[in-house]
Amino acid sequence: MKTAATLTVNGAAYPVELDPHLSLLDAVRDLIGLTGSKEGCDDSECGACMMLLDGKPVNSCSYLALQADGRDVTTVEGLAEGDELTPLQRALLEHGGVQCGFCTPGMLISATALLREHPDPSEEDVRIALSGNLCRCTGYDGIVRAVRSAARSSA
Amino acid sequence: MTRTFTTAATVEDAIEALGSGARPIAGGTDLVVGARQGKASLPEAIVAIDRIASLGGIVEGEDGLRLGALVTHEEIVANDVVRARFTALADASAIVGSHATRAHGTIGGNVMNASPAMDTGGPLLCFDASARIRSTWGEREVPLDQLWTGPGTTAVDPRELLVGIDVPAPIPATGSSYVRLEYRRQMEIAVVGVTAVVRLDGGSIADARVAITALAPTIRRVPDAEAVLIGSDGAADGIAAAARATAAGSSPIDDVRGSAAYRAAMAEVIAGRAISAALARARGEHVEIPASSSTYAGLGGARA
Ligand SMILES: Cc1cc2nc3c(=O)[nH]c(=O)nc-3n(C[C@H](O)[C@H](O)[C@H](O)COP(=O)(O)OP(=O)(O)OC[C@H]3O[C@@H](n4cnc5c(N)ncnc54)[C@H](O)[C@@H]3O)c2cc1C
Ligand code: FES
Ligand code: FES
Repeated sequence: MKTAATLTVNGAAYPVELDPHLSLLDAVRDLIGLTGSKEGCDDSECGACMMLLDGKPVNSCSYLALQADGRDVTTVEGLAEGDELTPLQRALLEHGGVQCGFCTPGMLISATALLREHPDPSEEDVRIALSGNLCRCTGYDGIVRAVRSAARSSA
Repeated sequence: MTRTFTTAATVEDAIEALGSGARPIAGGTDLVVGARQGKASLPEAIVAIDRIASLGGIVEGEDGLRLGALVTHEEIVANDVVRARFTALADASAIVGSHATRAHGTIGGNVMNASPAMDTGGPLLCFDASARIRSTWGEREVPLDQLWTGPGTTAVDPRELLVGIDVPAPIPATGSSYVRLEYRRQMEIAVVGVTAVVRLDGGSIADARVAITALAPTIRRVPDAEAVLIGSDGAADGIAAAARATAAGSSPIDDVRGSAAYRAAMAEVIAGRAISAALARARGEHVEIPASSSTYAGLGGARA
């Protein structure tokens, strides 16, 4: 039985009808049409689907869309201010933290959550916070450097 | 049967839904992920309990801690009282999954999922915690040593809801530690885990608790290891003997994460580390909680 709900994604409210088993990722990609968040593993291992739910990182592939009813969802599309990239997004480009880009939406969300909690993380802190985000291209070093440099530039 | 999903606003709503056959979901990090991995399909009738305000919060009283069922691992690690007095529990919650898992995964879900490899069970068992269980026919307390009946099974009826976990306050001069053998620092499942809680009186160990994780069908205490420690002076030979007794008291399985023989060998090593760390903490020495205390802003932890 589909249930009516309102998903608020990047500040916009979307009235939707959700199957009880539908994941937040599928709802946002297929019903709302925001395809920035990716599906890598579909079982909480890779972090490509990470979104913020009321400001906290969540693996949206493994989170029921109905549980997000009325909560604030942020996807990678909601990070930049118009055409203005965030310092973290710019740093990721500058430090070679993006290659194929598949992990990038989740990495950005995960690192954004970290920087909100912890404005000046150590390398160790960054590696721990990003442990749920797999990248098969970069070897992580560029990503870690980018997160630390974004932290310093916005301090 | 058609799929249904309801959101409970109160405990009464939730137990009524459970009574008519719904399964509860809190953070969903076990229930939904298990379905994704094909372990068990999602229940046809689901009741979300994650918005029940009375199930949240950590209350610290003279007599101990009251943890609401919805308290997340993130909240446990960030709580100063847990870190100072129930340190093994902070050790455990600090290493659950990634920051996304810790932000949504709850203590209630961890305990009720009843995995023999889950991390908070050993500490809760050694601290003599009990589960508060509610149903339409009343409330009861189940001590954690009676809660798990096998891998993935509990003594709780499907119509009952775990509302909270009570942890009595430890006597001063108690130190505790949970150590997990893992192949990665985060996003891991325990290959082997050991909890140790020791209380010192003068120079000797007045009381001791040792529990094993991922080493038996349920998380359980090892009385032989505890007996070796009680009355000893906490010197290296006593710790080694207790660690051997811990390994002897385990009944590990072979699986993809490790062979039974490897697990048994590592049980001794990890037990030695957990007991040593608990003793050091009982003496007031600083032993870092894993996953870097500095990750959690506002804890006052010294930054390296
Ligand atoms: C990537 C990843 C990594 C993980 N790493 C770890 C780890 O390192 N260590 C570890 O221990 N666990 C780990 N887990 C497992 C899981 O995150 C934890 O067990 C978590 O605490 C479960 O809480 P939840 O609220 O998400 O449970 P849910 O999935 O919501 O529920 C789990 C089970 O408990 C039942 N339940 C939940 N709440 C109640 C209640 N109040 N009363 C009665 N029944 C209830 C549900 O019906 C379900 O059967 C990991 C999971 C993932 C996805
Ligand atoms: S797709 Fe969600 S964690 Fe991999
Ligand atoms: S850039 Fe390709 S997976 Fe990370």
